[in-house]
Amino acid sequence: MKLDPNKKIDIKEILKDLEHYRPRRRGWHWREGRNQTRQIGEFEYRETSEGLKNSIPLPASRGFGYIDPQPDCVITTEIASGRFEDDIRRMRMAAWHGADHIMVIRTAGQSHVDSLLEGTSQGIGGIMVTRKQVRATRKALDLIEDEVGRPINFHSYVSGVAGPDIAVMFAEEGVNGAHQDPQYNVLYRNVNMIRSFVDACEAKKIMAWADMLQIDGAHNANATAMKAWKVMPELMVQHAINCAFSRKIGMKPENIALSTVPPTAPPAPCMRLDLPYAVALRELFSEYKMRAQQNTKYMESDTREATVTHTLNLMISRLTSADIQSTITPDEGRNVPWHYNNIAAISTAKQALIGMDGLRDMVKIDREGELGQKVRELKERAILFMEEILEVGGYFKAVEQGFFVDSGFYPERNGDGIVRQIDGGIGAGMIFERDKDYFAPVSVHYGYNNIPEGFEKASDAIGGDTFEDPSKIVYIDELDEFDNVNVRLEELKKYYDTEYVKPEVEWRADGIVAVTIFLPLDERTAEFAAIKCGEMMGLEDVTVIHKNVMHPAEGTLVEIKGKVKFDINLNELVIPEKIPVLSEDEIREDIEKDPMFVVAATVGEDEHSVGLKEILDIKHGGIEKFGIKYLYLGTSCPVEKLVDAAIETNADAILASTIITHDDVHIKNMKKLHELCVEKGIRDKVILACGGTQVTNEIAVEAGMDAGFGRGSKGIDVASFLVKKRREMKGKNEN
Amino acid sequence: MKRPDDYEKRREHLKDLTEEQLKERFWELAYKIVEPMLEMGYKYTTPAIERSVLLRMGFSSVEVKPIVEGVMKKGLMGKGAGNVVWRLSKKLGISVREAGLGLAEGKYWDIVDTLFEGVNN
Repeated sequence: MKLDPNKKIDIKEILKDLEHYRPRRRGWHWREGRNQTRQIGEFEYRETSEGLKNSIPLPASRGFGYIDPQPDCVITTEIASGRFEDDIRRMRMAAWHGADHIMVIRTAGQSHVDSLLEGTSQGIGGIMVTRKQVRATRKALDLIEDEVGRPINFHSYVSGVAGPDIAVMFAEEGVNGAHQDPQYNVLYRNVNMIRSFVDACEAKKIMAWADMLQIDGAHNANATAMKAWKVMPELMVQHAINCAFSRKIGMKPENIALSTVPPTAPPAPCMRLDLPYAVALRELFSEYKMRAQQNTKYMESDTREATVTHTLNLMISRLTSADIQSTITPDEGRNVPWHYNNIAAISTAKQALIGMDGLRDMVKIDREGELGQKVRELKERAILFMEEILEVGGYFKAVEQGFFVDSGFYPERNGDGIVRQIDGGIGAGMIFERDKDYFAPVSVHYGYNNIPEGFEKASDAIGGDTFEDPSKIVYIDELDEFDNVNVRLEELKKYYDTEYVKPEVEWRADGIVAVTIFLPLDERTAEFAAIKCGEMMGLEDVTVIHKNVMHPAEGTLVEIKGKVKFDINLNELVIPEKIPVLSEDEIREDIEKDPMFVVAATVGEDEHSVGLKEILDIKHGGIEKFGIKYLYLGTSCPVEKLVDAAIETNADAILASTIITHDDVHIKNMKKLHELCVEKGIRDKVILACGGTQVTNEIAVEAGMDAGFGRGSKGIDVASFLVKKRREMKGKNEN
Repeated sequence: MKRPDDYEKRREHLKDLTEEQLKERFWELAYKIVEPMLEMGYKYTTPAIERSVLLRMGFSSVEVKPIVEGVMKKGLMGKGAGNVVWRLSKKLGISVREAGLGLAEGKYWDIVDTLFEGVNN
């Protein structure tokens, strides 16, 4: 099976024969070709990796020959809508925009389930992580990585009370990375402390065998703490505990990543607070990998604000280092992430990282002075924290005494930390001492194992385990006959490979749209007026997802979401035919035989020149390239002057550019141009064409032009049109 | 516990350390903190660990749960659930898979009682 970029991924094909699918590889993948300078387009890059076979570049790449440089670090996106069949499509979109680390969030409560889950039931706030879901997703990602030409890391969570079970399933199914941190279970999931650490030994050992990358859970302290900037010493302690613990179990340091977040955000002077912390971490943890996460603690519903905070986070990544750049969707403060917000977050990372490529060659961190003092202080505070852990009798005692997630800047303590008891929590009492004849007949195991005589290794007793012989893996398809992917696909079959389509943000045909509304009202009135607007537009289940006061009395911006009640029938759509373009040779030949002259300008009070110059200039593949001669009258040119110039030079055509659309001035200018040519008696002799970012052929023709050229138009489109139109006019005149 | 920031007082013994010494101290403490947890991991097992062993022996998640629960009921977690299944298969002369499936279906538990007789722990 191979993906065709012009065809949707076939979920039924993915599900077919899944019981026999085996992942093609194990282990984590870092991007290829890092640490080398690379020429891409007209530029030299210093912090990139190999390019992609198929990708979608940043919008502004239009001005740079559509280059799409890929940063050196792995880029993460978190996708988990609750339906894996929809997530797979989003993963494909994400891969095309540059993500190569797909993280799947688990459904609410899965960490408290004392077993693996099976089947494909719908999740809440995440995906029910099961063998079938993992296998189907891995199979799809295997196809997607072939399509984009870069291996994709698949990632989820090895935590909760079924950590070792999940670690085994992930190792068997080719999952490449996972969060694993027993402290996370203890502090945030209230899993019994001993159970959590004992389970983690086995889970980590399995992850080490599978060459999985591990990410710790320290960033949660940042999200949970009342004042995130005060928790920095503790964050370093949490990182250290998980790193040291994992190393001793046998993980390679290059497979251990710190989940680190710049703790603060504007309006705090965040760079000055966050940078010393970032430096201190990278110095203390120089052997380990940095997974730079973005700040979620201070995210509100404003996607613009989140994007700026995240860009500042990216600057810290570039000023220090990041092996994995994680991204948070800018809508996480509103709802479960929507398709295009994953892409927005990935694009923010790619854009900022590429924009700051090689910055450290010019801008250096001043390690001495204020920053150095702060770095030193943070390290010392972290050391003091660990000293006190040992003084009170170790980690478990420290947790019992509420050392962690206290709002004080350690050694300051405010007495509001998370307290857990050694004999409390989920799974308490479920710890059993191994006897002398304890035996686990498996190839990978942590701790005491009494291998019976006659066997070289434990798994020989059973003729090899599933890690050695994957054919022993038992695959369960579905357990719930009503809540599974087959039922969902059947319910939505109207929207699979048919002429019917509905807008969506999360799931196929969910019908959700967002509308941005400005109302000249105070906040509270605006909120209800906006809901009314949505209802009058015909939306169902209208809710406000964001509001931003522009002024207490003058107005409020409100964004709403709602569901549309209709389907679109693609067969009933009227789509204007795309005009075929003549070949370069044919255009040149025509112009050589019969030279053409045009006059051009940006009309009205409009100083935009770039677009028109690109259409004209030989350098940009403009009409000059085909032998068309032109007179360029510059910007802010009165329409009258342009028409007079056309008359004086006996021009074949007038090309007008109009970018500003305020009060529909672009349409007014087009109409004026047409009417003036009629008035001066040249309209039947001169071709009129207009271009601009908000211009379409339809708008232009309606305003009296012969053609209109919108965003993305090139010289050849205009040249081809001019030649064809002249032929048509000649034909008419001859008749 | 509430405590004002006494960093300046506490840091006395650290303030003359070099950056390198500070880093050494940091990691020395971290490794010391995790020692007891590693020892516990060496000595103990849990239902999740035993389920993970059975999964790797070729059983599904649905099958491993009743086996581990049965082993707990019999007070044999210290032997290892995988060990119980393996010994049972040897004793009965059947495959590991057959032995485990039998246990999952509630069979053979009386024989399990005899698997570790005479073993002195």
